[in-house]
Amino acid sequence: MNDALSFIVATLHATVRAGTPLLFAVLGTIFTERSGIMNLGLEGIMLIGAIGGFVVSYNTSNLLLAILVAMIAGAILGLVHAFFTVTLKINQIVSGLAITMLGSGISGLWGKDYIGVVAERFETISIPLLSDIPVIGRILFQHDLLVYISLLAVPLMWFFIYKTRGGMTLRAVGEAPEAADARGINVFFIRYLYTIIGGSITAIGGAYLSLAYNSMWIENMTAGRGWIAIALVLFATWDPYKALLGAYLFGGITALGLRMQAVGTHIPPDFLKMLPYLLTIVVLFFTSTDTLKRKVGAPATLGVPYSREDRT
Amino acid sequence: MDDYPILEMKNIQKAFPGVLANDNISLEIRRGEVHALLGENGAGKTTLMNILFGIYHPDHGEILINGKKTFIHSPQDAINEKIGMVQQHFALVPSFTVAENVILGLKNFGFIIKTKQVEQQIKELGERYSLPVRPKARVWTLSVGERQRIEILKLLYTGANILILDEPTAVLTPQETRQLFSAIRKLVKEGSSVIFISHKLDEVLEISDRISVLRNGKNTGTLNREEVDRRTLVQRMVGRDVLMDQEKPKVEPGPVKIEVKDLTVKNDKGLTAVNNLSLEIHGGEILGIAGVAGNGQKELAEAIYGLRPIETGKIQMAGEDLHHRSIKKRIQSGLSFIPQDRKSIATCPNLSVMFNIFMKNTIPGLKKSSAWNIQIKQMHEKTRELIRNFSISTPSSKTRVRYLSGGNLQKVVLARELSSNPSVIIAEHPTRGLDIGAMEFVYQALLEEKKKGSAILLLAGELYEIFRLSDRVAVIYEGEVMGYTPPDPSYTEKIGFMMAGTREDSIHEN
Repeated sequence: MNDALSFIVATLHATVRAGTPLLFAVLGTIFTERSGIMNLGLEGIMLIGAIGGFVVSYNTSNLLLAILVAMIAGAILGLVHAFFTVTLKINQIVSGLAITMLGSGISGLWGKDYIGVVAERFETISIPLLSDIPVIGRILFQHDLLVYISLLAVPLMWFFIYKTRGGMTLRAVGEAPEAADARGINVFFIRYLYTIIGGSITAIGGAYLSLAYNSMWIENMTAGRGWIAIALVLFATWDPYKALLGAYLFGGITALGLRMQAVGTHIPPDFLKMLPYLLTIVVLFFTSTDTLKRKVGAPATLGVPYSREDRT
Repeated sequence: MDDYPILEMKNIQKAFPGVLANDNISLEIRRGEVHALLGENGAGKTTLMNILFGIYHPDHGEILINGKKTFIHSPQDAINEKIGMVQQHFALVPSFTVAENVILGLKNFGFIIKTKQVEQQIKELGERYSLPVRPKARVWTLSVGERQRIEILKLLYTGANILILDEPTAVLTPQETRQLFSAIRKLVKEGSSVIFISHKLDEVLEISDRISVLRNGKNTGTLNREEVDRRTLVQRMVGRDVLMDQEKPKVEPGPVKIEVKDLTVKNDKGLTAVNNLSLEIHGGEILGIAGVAGNGQKELAEAIYGLRPIETGKIQMAGEDLHHRSIKKRIQSGLSFIPQDRKSIATCPNLSVMFNIFMKNTIPGLKKSSAWNIQIKQMHEKTRELIRNFSISTPSSKTRVRYLSGGNLQKVVLARELSSNPSVIIAEHPTRGLDIGAMEFVYQALLEEKKKGSAILLLAGELYEIFRLSDRVAVIYEGEVMGYTPPDPSYTEKIGFMMAGTREDSIHEN
């Protein structure tokens, strides 16, 4: 009995850890896509965040500086994506794929000398009192700083998007850019801004992998999490709370696979590793059926460049 | 200071690739007047107003507000100068409430949105100008008329005193138009100026104090209301006399060619668009469907043609059920469709005139092409003949249709759809966006088909077009036929009530 409970608690604890990088990536991308810019470059942005953070952590042992550099690296890729899609009006899917390749290429090159070394990592901070609550305390309140930040970010972001003037502007730009423009809102600026902010938040997700989840750099260590996050944005219907649910659902599958390997089962480990990707396909299947698409309310101009003089 | 007109536009010039949209236009707007900008589609009205509102930048020319030279680089500048514009395509965020739309982008609100006070203010403003709205409603749930009222309230809320209304009545029922006009009168009485863009003569004559007529990007002059009548305005608009209000040919109605029974169809959102609708059209008859846009007209046309699945009900042509019949089969049994969307449904913009005409290989008396053997010579000859018959102005039969004007493009569609001797024609907004000359051509072509005995279903937004062509008028509201009237302008009021959802039998005439 105790064994079963501790297995569940340990799995749920690992769920939060495995879900956190996804959560950052999904939250960042919700910002970007709410402004009407589709970003398929998450994988590349996460990788650049992972290596950027790791290099700084290895060389300076300053973790906050490491996160800052990861965010700047992500912001730069976001800026590139914004320049391609907002200014040059290049197809957003093509640009996103290019960002993924750019990010994985640069991170591979940059990280060549950092393979096999260990750097400073985010240590667990147990929150006094709360962490003593049985079961819940272990699952939620014995984590590193980044997990707490991601958990705080969810309600803050929800409040920002739905209850503040800034969020209203953001939604208007994604839903009806011509309406925003007619009201004197600078659509181009807003789209640049949130593509950059989205890139930097996504990059924290990558840095989490190299600074907290592990404390080392492995080439392509995101292992497709960027792609899973893209599917999760759909699953979350651009809502931060559902993003939390989705990220932990996938974190849970990953954690369960790992735990089951650890305790030893007859299920082949390759099959367990495959589960998150399988679930991604299932999610995409269900979110792309016609009836659902109509109800979820994607930002109306997602993927469509805005041009004042083009409209008829 | 009051000696200056509130707004002057001087020598405005704006060229787009291939067109000179505004050619040295000057315009003067006085305080407290309704100034109509009249002109055909493409005359440059909307371009001129987009320049005034900062959406386009003029190549030359200057704008003076209260006699002071002003540069308007963006809508924000225009708003600061108290200029407001209601565009033809409304600039509203559908998922926002009315109040949220009104305060969108305004700087004098705190970081956290509080809409309570705004909702009250909007309500009061609406009552004052008799523009009733529900501040808490989400915009996507509202009718077109309500959306337009929100647009006007948005402008009033920001204190605009020069209001540009771009074709505001195009989407309204006659009653809503009257309501709009009384609001406009109140506004100018309080000192605002309204620029009223339209191509409808009667409305312009009713509401304006002064009228500027644009033609081919030039201002032909500003006239006082008292100095003009319909005829002079038409002459100025078109540049020549146009024969209007011709008699319809009398045709003895033949047997029923098409019958729709209890038809229910859903729209793209999965909501019921056509609701248990029945109608029948005889040979040699034109049935006009009147209604505010978005009341199921498009879905009805698409269902009959086979582009949209039907939920329940029956469509019969000459007594035969069309259910489960492919579009190809329907075409072969004599159904023709003139879609509203000329560029993406009716034609293939990158193909030549010839291939667009032969996209449906149904012209009788020609050798059929097969997949391996295209009768290219014969097709060229026939195309050249049709270009002559339909007076399509195109450099050659090989020209891609994307380079043709709207009127010529529609003629290509007519050439294809009408040369197959159809027995039933669905015409969906067949003259939208065309100039008067091309409109007249379309009317003649449809009336010609009527004489030949075709049954024609005409879906049109403009009542005068329906009166001009139809033998009977059916009024549609939320996918149901509210009632029928004869095609006569004296029934406009009755039609208006039915367009707004009142059934024929519950209208009491007094």
